[in-house]
Amino acid sequence: MSKVRTRIRLPRPTIYVLLVLFSLFCLFPFLWLLRSSFMTSREIFTLPPHLLPAAPQWHNYVDIFKVLPFARYFLNTLEIVALNVVGALISNTFIAFAFARIKFRGRSVMYALCIATLMLPQTVTMIPLFVEWKIFHGINTYAPLTVPAFFGNAFYIFLLNQFFKTIPTEYDEAAFVDGANFFQIVTRIVVPLSQPALAVVALFTALASWNDFMGPFLYLNDQNKYTLSLGLKYLISGYSVIGQWQVLMAASVLIVLPVALLFFSMQRYFIEGLTMSGLKG
Amino acid sequence: MRSSGAARETIIKNGRKRNYLTRYNNFWGWLFITPVVLGLSLWVAFPLGLSLVASFTKWDLITRPVFVGFKNYIDMFVFDPLFWQAVVVTLYYTLVGVSLQIVLAFGAAMLLNTKVRGMNFFRTLFYLPSLVPVIVSSTLWMWLYNPQFGLLNLLLIHLGLEPQKWVYGTATVIPSLILMSIWGVGNIIVIFLAGLQDIPKQLLEAVEIDGGNAFHSFRHVIVPLMTPTILYNVVIGIINGFQTFTQPYIMTNGGPANASLFYVLHLYRQAFMFSKMGYANAMAWFVFIATGVISIIIFKTSKLWVFYQGEDKK
Repeated sequence: MSKVRTRIRLPRPTIYVLLVLFSLFCLFPFLWLLRSSFMTSREIFTLPPHLLPAAPQWHNYVDIFKVLPFARYFLNTLEIVALNVVGALISNTFIAFAFARIKFRGRSVMYALCIATLMLPQTVTMIPLFVEWKIFHGINTYAPLTVPAFFGNAFYIFLLNQFFKTIPTEYDEAAFVDGANFFQIVTRIVVPLSQPALAVVALFTALASWNDFMGPFLYLNDQNKYTLSLGLKYLISGYSVIGQWQVLMAASVLIVLPVALLFFSMQRYFIEGLTMSGLKG
Repeated sequence: MRSSGAARETIIKNGRKRNYLTRYNNFWGWLFITPVVLGLSLWVAFPLGLSLVASFTKWDLITRPVFVGFKNYIDMFVFDPLFWQAVVVTLYYTLVGVSLQIVLAFGAAMLLNTKVRGMNFFRTLFYLPSLVPVIVSSTLWMWLYNPQFGLLNLLLIHLGLEPQKWVYGTATVIPSLILMSIWGVGNIIVIFLAGLQDIPKQLLEAVEIDGGNAFHSFRHVIVPLMTPTILYNVVIGIINGFQTFTQPYIMTNGGPANASLFYVLHLYRQAFMFSKMGYANAMAWFVFIATGVISIIIFKTSKLWVFYQGEDKK
């Protein structure tokens, strides 16, 4: 008679009420964003506020391209994202493979050092890194925003390391007997078998550099080189004062839209990546 | 690590020197990790060293730095009241924020784990806000918090409650930023949910068989098994809290009356508005030491409450 009731024992309706409440909390800001992005500048400031725009103002989305070189910022951001993804995939694959599969002297010390940087807030290195890039003449170039990706990232090294450990060693041993070296083992065996994990690395890298504000904010000052986040910041400093909130909201929608599309097309990998990062610690 | 398995044993038996394999592995191992060795030196060790040296100087990035001893540290601890304000603001936001995030995310994950219909739908919905770039969420929430035309006061008035000043009031600004951070808690929910789904059924059945109720299984099975995941999220949450910059910079510029003067905002101003590079670097080193001390405390005390399952995790 005792069915295993493993989980919490709230009555079903209560559970649904709570879930729906939290859903509304998650959803409403998005709806408010969309609603405001379609209003006229007068309608957005009517009292009492309208819930929905009387007539959707599609031209708000066109106006952004008039007040800012938004297309240019889009391409700039894409360039930075692409370089980061390429850099992260190449560097972290080899680094994580070495930590997971090659028994070399100093491995555990180096791995520990590497993982320790996960706990280093960027606040600490923000100023000295800026000074360093000034010495390298990297200010106002994309170098500070892209070059570090080619030197590995502790989080992805950790993630891939966990994944590589699940690939049976028999594969590389067989290849080893056939005369393959470690480079060939990585490119011919490990990479094809690790597509899901590599997809996670690519996705998270793309998302992080698309969303990055601090990096471009510190390093870029030529307006032609701005990214989308920086463009939006530039809009905010002018527009929230003048009260053109509908333009800010439309710009925000355009920045979030690619992220949302990416998420919905590759949802499985997002969830997988998060799961891998949090659990196998 | 069984990488030197059968194949390599064969090579050794075939008369090659054991040395050869060691050298071969050392060569490839270090070759593959060269980027990260360079990375750690260039983006971590060198900046930290540079920062330490610079923290003992007066330096505006244009003229030559002048050695001033511990002056920056003394200024920081004794003569700059805003430094302590920044420390308090950051700690307040981080400690309260992380606690609430963990509790609420855990609760939401427990709800999702009740085999409700539409679990995937809710999970997606809860996760979505955490995808939003911080610059966009700052813009959006600034608008939601607008005292006259924002959604939140509109709701409060509809419910017959007193409208709030939100990020525009000294007492409400940090709670408002915390509320906004809870909006982005979806990634923690997903991590917790995955952890909950991994809990072995037998353990929960064992509690039932022994006559335990839901509270017992929560207290003695679910929570202990989730402690490593909780620890992970606490640590990441604290580190992220310490890095908070964009929200106050965009939404309040540290105001009103410095009530949201976060540590990084103060540090940023010292460096880039007042060109006090020496002072900013002293502040950077203080966070470095503080993070180190806090991490050590967390990991030492974690032995008391974090429970690792049988298998060797390393």
